[in-house]
Parts: sequence; structure tokens; C-alpha cells
Amino acid sequence: MINSIQQNWFSNIRGDVLAGTVVALALIPEAIAFSVIAGVDPKVGLYASFCIAVVTAFVGGRPGMISAATAAMAVLMVTLVKDHGLQYLLAATLLTGVLQIAMGYLKLGSLMRFVSRSVVTGFVNALAILIFMAQLPELTNVTWHVYAMTAGGLAIIYLFPYVAKSIPSPLVTIVVLTALAMFLNLDIRTVGDMGELPDTLPIFLWPEVPLNFETLAIIFPYSVSLAVVGLLESMMTATIIDDLTDTTSDKNRECKGQGVANIASGMIGGMAGCAMIGQSVINVKSGGRTRLSTLAAGVFLLLMVVFLGDWVAQIPMAALVAVMIMVSIGTFSWASLANLKKHPASTSIVMVATVVVVVATHNLAIGVFVGVLLAAMFFANKVAQYKYVSSTLSEDGLTRTYTVVGQVFFASADKFVDFFDFREAVDKVVIDLCQAHFWDITSVSALDKVVLKFRREGTVVEVIGLNEASATIVDRFAVHDKPGAVDNLMGH
Amino acid sequence: MAHVIACIDGSSITPAVCDYAAWASRRMDAPLNFLHVLGKSEYPIPADLSGNIGLGSREHLLQELAELDEKRSRVALEQGRLMLEAAKARAIADGVSNPTSRQRHGELVDTLIEFEHDIRLLVMGRQGEHGDSAGEHIGSHLENVVRTLHRPILVVPSDYSEPQRILVAFDGSATTRKAVEMVAASPLFRGLPCHVVMVGADKSEAREQLDWARASLERAGFAVNASIRSGQVEEVLCAYRTEHQIDLIVMGAYGHSKIREFLVGSTTTKLIRQSKIPLLLLR
Repeated sequence: MINSIQQNWFSNIRGDVLAGTVVALALIPEAIAFSVIAGVDPKVGLYASFCIAVVTAFVGGRPGMISAATAAMAVLMVTLVKDHGLQYLLAATLLTGVLQIAMGYLKLGSLMRFVSRSVVTGFVNALAILIFMAQLPELTNVTWHVYAMTAGGLAIIYLFPYVAKSIPSPLVTIVVLTALAMFLNLDIRTVGDMGELPDTLPIFLWPEVPLNFETLAIIFPYSVSLAVVGLLESMMTATIIDDLTDTTSDKNRECKGQGVANIASGMIGGMAGCAMIGQSVINVKSGGRTRLSTLAAGVFLLLMVVFLGDWVAQIPMAALVAVMIMVSIGTFSWASLANLKKHPASTSIVMVATVVVVVATHNLAIGVFVGVLLAAMFFANKVAQYKYVSSTLSEDGLTRTYTVVGQVFFASADKFVDFFDFREAVDKVVIDLCQAHFWDITSVSALDKVVLKFRREGTVVEVIGLNEASATIVDRFAVHDKPGAVDNLMGH
Repeated sequence: MAHVIACIDGSSITPAVCDYAAWASRRMDAPLNFLHVLGKSEYPIPADLSGNIGLGSREHLLQELAELDEKRSRVALEQGRLMLEAAKARAIADGVSNPTSRQRHGELVDTLIEFEHDIRLLVMGRQGEHGDSAGEHIGSHLENVVRTLHRPILVVPSDYSEPQRILVAFDGSATTRKAVEMVAASPLFRGLPCHVVMVGADKSEAREQLDWARASLERAGFAVNASIRSGQVEEVLCAYRTEHQIDLIVMGAYGHSKIREFLVGSTTTKLIRQSKIPLLLLR
């Protein structure tokens, strides 16, 4: 136990603390920006980011992953905040946590295997687009100063590392742009204009909402979306970190950890959050690996905001926009654009559909649902093509033998029926199913239909190998849990 | 056939591990297998504190980290192979025929669990690669391994001398009675003078148990010298060791729960830390 604490917390102290600091610096602008998206005071996002980062550091399942207030979650809250106010958001946040813990115990994390690669890519790209679109209000109807500062900020972010790699370039951007705005006394929007900043350490707050069915009816749909999107992004981020660091994570523990973190966040007046792809990549890039990096990020974030609050209020929104555009660019999978032509059309359609649905609905859960559905349909369609029927007529011309090879299920049942020639007048028909697999009830009823039709024409029908073929209806025969099931299925 | 498995990691203790393992392999007539486990976490991690992400950051980062790991793993693999060759050569010089070796990736404990069924005796150094400089440090993996595995483990110091006289630390508990039975049954110590020491008050009950231990060992052909001493377990055993020039101690390991040991400290850990001679830990 002591060894695992050592391994999970103190095996990389220097790298983790440094990385945590870098992440905290980038978390501040993000938390403020996402609060603005959700339509709440910056302190709601900042408290949430602090709380979620600290709690997931202890209870999360993926060491080194950064969780905080996120864009994916913020866009889901907009209407709730607008229609019902902050207190209902806090209540929804609590419920989100409860749902996520339940999903963790139900081991729904394993459902992620149905989310194909192209849906993940679509999710990531949609997220990047959402983050970018959320910056547009800050870039419309403003003076040229804002454009100049945003462009300058981006230039610093990407060019400063060529000068010095030891100072985080987003920090340099924020400091330089803030100093410039104050020095030139520019009349542009600052963080202080967006609402209240934290001036104390967070305190315990129970959401002031009536505890009745009406409240539940309001927050429940939001909480379900938040819970699903939060877990989706967390699972995807965990997989990305797994790949980057060549280690494994406990996905179901992560589900529960996200839930606990959201409950804690809701109780100190923070919004719901989840794992962040961009920040987690920054953490790994900066050398963060263990839980300590996540904890350090959360703690530094709060310290900086509480004690430097007056300075934080002076940061021009243009500087935040520059940082957020960077996050958006870094999150987007640019390789997927090049792959659009290379990959099969079905894959590309799934990816693009996911993106389009998300951008249209601002709900990543719906996008993923559509993507998964499409991917499943394409897959079924593809598998349905692994099937053919050949037939031979006996020498006396009285018996025809149909040999069915391949997969017969709901997507291929109609075509299966079409293969048979019911007009042919023969005495006997033999249907050889020895090399076919019947996967579901639809395929069985299709066969029944064929047999019946032949009978009505006065033809005697003999079916060979039906038992073996229908053994694939595993629900009934449960062959899948017997040893040698695969050989039996594939070999008969 | 079950092996004598020796864990080596290239630290200064490795030659002694080879020698003791060779000794045990010869006495027990069991094949000797050297094991080198390539850990992952021991590599320092590069840091780029620029804090920005841009076009294809994720892909680049993945590629970069993978390349780095690849280079390091190659070097470590090669180094480990040379180390295993050297260990085998040493074992052959010590008179072992046909020592074998294997190299695995992962954590030492996990690897050993995988091979547990194949272990007749596990030989490990008192401290590993990182413990070279620390005086009384006990190897970071050792306690974990001892607690996890249910096989005899020989923990050796950095200097080899062939064991001539052994001591069995006995307290009448089930673990140590088992230890006495194992010593009596094993060819490892056959022919060596054997001392059995009980620490505690000289009561008739303790006498009875000690007599049982003496009888069991004498039946197996050992020359036994049994005694009861009072005092602190570690101090008594250390004093007895110097007094009688004992050069190997057999004992039960970690008989208590972790929580109790956290509060009162573990005799096993203390002994491993202080002992300048090999310890055979039986669980």
C-alpha cells in the first residue's frame, strides 16, 4: 500500500509540481472562459476547477489526468442557467455526480467499446469547434484593438517557446497583454467585467432550490446529458493518456471519481466538469505523470486566483480568447482531415455526422449517439454482404439444392429470401445451411417464410444443418460461454 | 521442474546473489534461473514547460514519447542481456550446470506472481539498484515481494561466504513450526550444524515446543543446538549470531497484519535491515 502511494503520488515530484503549475496557469483562463459560456460568474468555474481537480486527484482512476470545468459541459448548461438560474445549476451538478457514481457501479465505462475510433475523432473535433465557437461573441462587435491583441497573443503562444521553453507561453501571453492593456489604458473588456471572482477560499453551500418533484423534472434531463458527456470525455481522455504514457487506468473508478468530484463541486458552488483533453495533454507534455500533478494544478489554481484576484480581474478577454483558440487548435485532430480521403467513406461519414450533430445541438451526447448508431448500421451492412447462395439442379431435374454460405441476420434476411426461385417447378428443394450462420430471430423467420412459400407451391422442402446454423443465436443456446464455441461456430 | 530463481538488477549486490543462488542450486539439485525485470517507472520524464498545444500536438507527443521509450528500452534490454550472460557465466564457474535466464517487462512483483508456481527458492539482494548508497535501506521491492509470494525467499547481503552454520528462529507458532519442518525436509542445509533459538521466558511450555523442534531436526540428521534466550528478538538473534558465527538465519516472515506493523514495527523488516548474513524467509 505504501509502495502504491509512493508510486501514485511521489515518484515524480519535481516533474509533477512543475507540470501542475503550468496546467494551473492554463486552467485559469479556461475556467473563466467556460463560466462565461455557461452564463455564470467566473468564480463558479474557478471553484469548480479547483474542486474537481483536487477531488479527482484522490479518487480518480487515471493518474495524471486533469479534470476541471470544461467546454463540453458548459455548453449543456446554457439554457438551464438562463431559464432557472445558478441555484438550479448547482442542484443539477449534484445530481450529475450521483448519476455518474451509479454509472460507475453499473460498470457502464465498458460500454465505451461501442464507441468507434471515428466517433471519438468526431467527438474531439466537435469539442474543438465548440470551444472555438464559444470565443466568437468576444470577437464580434469589438474594436480593432481586440483583434490585434488576440493575434498578438496567439503569436506569443506559438513563437515564445522558440525563445524560452522554461516559461509557459500562455502565461507570457496573459502577462504581456494585461500589462499592455493597463499601460495603454485600452477600453476593452476584461475578466472583471464578466462577473464576480473568488475572494475567499470556497465554503460549503447547499443549493437553494425547493426539494420537490418539479425541481427534479427541471434538472434531471440536464443532469443526464451532463453525466453522459462528462463520462464520455473522461473515458476518451483517459484512453489518450493511457496511450501517451503507455500505462493503464481504472475506467470504472474514474466514472465514480468524476461523480464524487461533481458532487463536491456542486456543494461549494461550482459547476459540473469532467476530464479535459487539452489540459491533460499539456500536463503530460510538461512532464506530469502522477496524481500529484492533478492535485498541484487544483491547489495552485485556487491560490493564484484568491491571492491575485485583483490582477486576474485586469486580464483582457482578448488574452483569454487567444489561449482558448490555442486549446481549440490543439484539441482538433488535424490528421483526421487528411484521413477523410484515405479512410473508407463510411468511417468519414460517421466522423462528420458526429461533428455536425454536435455543432447543431451543442450536445456531445447526442452527437456520439448518432455516431455510434451510424457506425453500427454501417457495420451491419458490411457484414450482411458476407453471404451468398448457390444452387444446383439434380440430373433428373426434380430436385434443387440451395447452399447458403455466410451471415444471415436482420440486415441480410430480405436478400436471403430473394435468392430463392419460387417460380421454378421442382418436386423437392434442399436447403443446405451447413455453412451459414443465423444470428437472430429475423433470419429464422425469413427461413420459415422460404419453407412455407415452397410448400405452397407443392414442393417438398428439406433443410440441412439448421441446428448448427442457428447455434449462433447465442442468447438461446448460450454457446458463447462454452469452451471451443468459436471453433464450433466457424468450423461446422 | 521448479527452479531456484535469482533476481538480478545489475546493482553491486548482483555477484553475491549469483553466488548464493549457485550454492542453493547445487545443494538442492534444482535448475538455476536468472530473472531480470525491466521496470518502466525508473526512467526520468522529459518536460517541456512551454504549456501550449498546437497543430497535431497529441500525435507528435505520442510519437515523441514512444521514440524516447523505444531508445531507452533498447539500451536497457541490451544491458540486461549482458548482465544475465555475466551472471550465467559466474554461476557456471561456481559449478552450476546449465543455468538459464529470462528477461521480462513490467513490475517485479507482478512478474514473480506469474512465475510463482515455478519457484522453489527465490534469491534476492537485500537492496536494489537505488539502494546502493543507502546504509540500512531495504530494497524498495523486497518487502512487497516477501508479502506477496508464498515461496521461500533467500535475502542475501552483498558479500558471499558459503553458509557453514545455520540458525532457525523459533517461537512455537504455526509459521515457525512449518519452517522447522521445511528445514528438516530440504536438502539445502543437510549436514550443516543447526542452531534453534527461541526468544522469550524459559517456561515449560516453551521447552516442550523447543524439544519438538530439536527432535524433528535430529530425526532428519541435523546436529542440533537448541536454546531459549530472553530479550528483544532482533538483539538476541544478532548477539547469538556473533557468538556462534552463524552465517544464515531461517525465519518466518511478516506474521502480523500491516496495521499492527505500522504501529509497532515489523521484526522481519528490522532483521532484514540489520542483518549482515543471508536470511531465509518462510511464509
